[in-house]
Amino acid sequence: MILYVSLYVSLAIFIIGLLYKVLRWFSLATTIQTKEMPTSKRISSALRGMALTVFSVKILTLTKVFFLDVIIQKKVLKEDFFRWITHILIYGGFMLLLFMHALEDVIAAPLFDSYSSTINPFMFLRDLFGLSVIVGVCMAIYRRSIIKTPRLTTNAVDIYIIVLIAVIIVSGILLEGAKIGSYSTYKRMVEEYGGLEEGEEEFEALTAFWVKEYGTVAPGIKEPFEDDLIEEGREMHEMSCAGCHSRPQWAFTGYPVARAVKGIALGLDRAGVHTLLWYLHFLACFVGLAYLPFSKFFHIITSPLSLLVNSVMDSRKSDPANIATRQALEFDACMHCGNCTNRCSVGVIFERIGNANILPSEKMQSLPQTVSGKQIDEGELQLILDGAYLCTNCHRCTDVCPAGINLEELWFSMRENLFERGYPEFSVLSPLSFYRGLMKERIAPEQYRGPLVLARDRIAADCALLKDQEKPVNLTVQDRAFQGELLLSDQTSSFSACFGCQTCTNVCPVVANYENPKEVLGMLPHQIMYSVGLGIKDLAFGSNMLWDCLTCYQCQEQCPQGVKVTEVLYELKNLAIQSVAGKAA
Amino acid sequence: MKFAFFLGCTVPARLPQYEASSREVLEAFGVELVDIREFNCCGYPIRNTDYKAAILASARNIALAERKNLDMLVLCQCGFGMLKHADYHLKKNPGLKDEINELLQKEGMTYEGGIEIKHILSVFHHDIGVETIKEKVRRPFQGLKIATHYGCHALRPSEVTHFDDPVNPRLFDDLVEATGAESIDWQARLDCCGAPLFGVNDDLSMDLMEKKVTNARESGADYLCVGCPYCHIQFDTVQTMLHKERGGNHLLPSILYPQLLGLSLGMEGHALGLGLNSIEITSIVKFLSE
Repeated sequence: MILYVSLYVSLAIFIIGLLYKVLRWFSLATTIQTKEMPTSKRISSALRGMALTVFSVKILTLTKVFFLDVIIQKKVLKEDFFRWITHILIYGGFMLLLFMHALEDVIAAPLFDSYSSTINPFMFLRDLFGLSVIVGVCMAIYRRSIIKTPRLTTNAVDIYIIVLIAVIIVSGILLEGAKIGSYSTYKRMVEEYGGLEEGEEEFEALTAFWVKEYGTVAPGIKEPFEDDLIEEGREMHEMSCAGCHSRPQWAFTGYPVARAVKGIALGLDRAGVHTLLWYLHFLACFVGLAYLPFSKFFHIITSPLSLLVNSVMDSRKSDPANIATRQALEFDACMHCGNCTNRCSVGVIFERIGNANILPSEKMQSLPQTVSGKQIDEGELQLILDGAYLCTNCHRCTDVCPAGINLEELWFSMRENLFERGYPEFSVLSPLSFYRGLMKERIAPEQYRGPLVLARDRIAADCALLKDQEKPVNLTVQDRAFQGELLLSDQTSSFSACFGCQTCTNVCPVVANYENPKEVLGMLPHQIMYSVGLGIKDLAFGSNMLWDCLTCYQCQEQCPQGVKVTEVLYELKNLAIQSVAGKAA
Repeated sequence: MKFAFFLGCTVPARLPQYEASSREVLEAFGVELVDIREFNCCGYPIRNTDYKAAILASARNIALAERKNLDMLVLCQCGFGMLKHADYHLKKNPGLKDEINELLQKEGMTYEGGIEIKHILSVFHHDIGVETIKEKVRRPFQGLKIATHYGCHALRPSEVTHFDDPVNPRLFDDLVEATGAESIDWQARLDCCGAPLFGVNDDLSMDLMEKKVTNARESGADYLCVGCPYCHIQFDTVQTMLHKERGGNHLLPSILYPQLLGLSLGMEGHALGLGLNSIEITSIVKFLSE
């Protein structure tokens, strides 16, 4: 009774959770274009897209991807053989247990006439599949806790799934072991199928045989047995039991458990331990079922979907509604395996910057929160934006994602989405923006310019002196501490050698590009060097020249005084951003 | 000759023809390329915002090559410039080196600075040699006028990059001429392509590129020739965008040096990825002699 109630409760939670998640795929707006789009439109676009795909040659691609990437998991294999074995052992064992054991009434029994969980090959296979999962789980624990993979993080969700799988399988093995030795189970079966009662002579003979050959632990019965008794028991066994029972040694995980607890088996049996284990085993499975849509288990459904959808969608041609839907699904398809982070080209920067949002696998945890309507602290949001922009768009994460998630495109959508919130991102003033420039045809002109203007404005806002051109400048050194900060790059203190000859400005191609450069650029290179010489931060940080510097090194190469002009400009950019980044939010 | 092949981020993601043609051509000269999968971003795009992060990224790459005791062959000039700068500055600044090594130690790595970082054009010129190239050229170009674009970050700062004479370089011209093509003299050849500002200040970036391209065209160039993915994308994709935004004269196509060399060695256009350009360059084969 209690089991049926828990089964239906967990099934109900599973279904409600599934519906909730699926509905979210059609409502989360990862792209700006879909912000105002109703869910119904998203659903109809998806249905249309699916219909068009299924009734086209793309069905061949889907079939191929289903076999190679979903079943065989070629992408995991290509990336890391150890991980592939780990995953195949867990997923293969688990799926086979699901079909043959958990759903035996629905799948295994109708499929095989001779099916019974206690005869071979099924009894042996059940243990084999269970062992496969256990070995896989041990390998997963080994990878996550013993091998030190740089920047691989393990969060609570990763631990839950491993623990839950381990509980399900280990309780199953213990249950099997307890039942092999269990006298009460034996007695019930003999009464039911053999019609024999305790005390009858034939019962004693059969019991002797089962104690000798099948590991049953019966009270008051001890080896050695007389040959005649065993023979009689064997006959009884052949008649009533053999049809459904292979030798328990074939249950090669449960049997050793039975052997190990042989001495206390009677006590365990009287205490009803096998019943307890039985409840534990089932309840763990139900918890897994109910928890599935909210946990990493969900990838059993979402990762194959993501692989299939991504194999047939072309971002340049697809309906924007479907791209947003796919991206919302992709957030759920991530299983936090860490492949992307392991391959991330800028991942190493994390060691210096410490913002985990740089790492793709962590972005997959934080980015969905920014579109789900959840309240996020402003500082946190700024970190998420910084992390999302600190990406060279090298495509390596996308290439190795075993769930086929188009991460690069997801980053692109989410960055633009985050910009809409009006937080400044200073990395837009770096060559990281080259990619954004190449993608500008997919961004509305206003949206495209917004973050670039905002970043410059935020930096200039702190530089009052630059705006007040009439104000006289004091010609004694204003801020020696600021000068002292210029010590990172190569000989940046060389600014002090500047005697204002203007060679740097004269050779600067940016200056040469404008008829009235001062108006556009603010300070010119030699003036910036001079401003640094006078320790005037405002003038050094606030001018457009700093952000419009190409870093072509013409100035530095030609400076007669050996001032490392470009290095100084580089370093001023660092300092200017540092000075505003803290108060940006 | 054996090198650790440093591709950087842009080449594999957006310019696979540079990688493909380089592999083809270098193989023809017996250069062995070792791929180190763990290579990461060179640090160049992060230098504006966090210098030490950029140095850390560079140092990790150099440390990876050191582990295999291989010199690095770099395709990208911005990447080359960044790696050279990091190597140069870490050697001069033991404090910074210790700080960076402490971070690298987390992955069991150490930067020592015991290897050389070379740009592909340097390898062609110094390690393979112009004479060897000339000997291998089977179908020299005839009547083809090339404007060589040196690229800022290879050439300057010269005391760091040691690429060539920063004022009057010859290296790239020699390499182009080895293929039979004529390397024209043009005023803007050492100027910046504008790529570092594309995405930051598009108008300025395009102004600079437009000036450069116009000067090359007016100086009689049939093609630009480059040795850097940023420069190439700027002259190819961004020039196409510029054309759409501003209209103007016909487009001046850009070809990557390994593609140009490969053709003169008798290689097929598709093996060199000629068809992957935005601006059509496959017709350059008409300049090849039989």
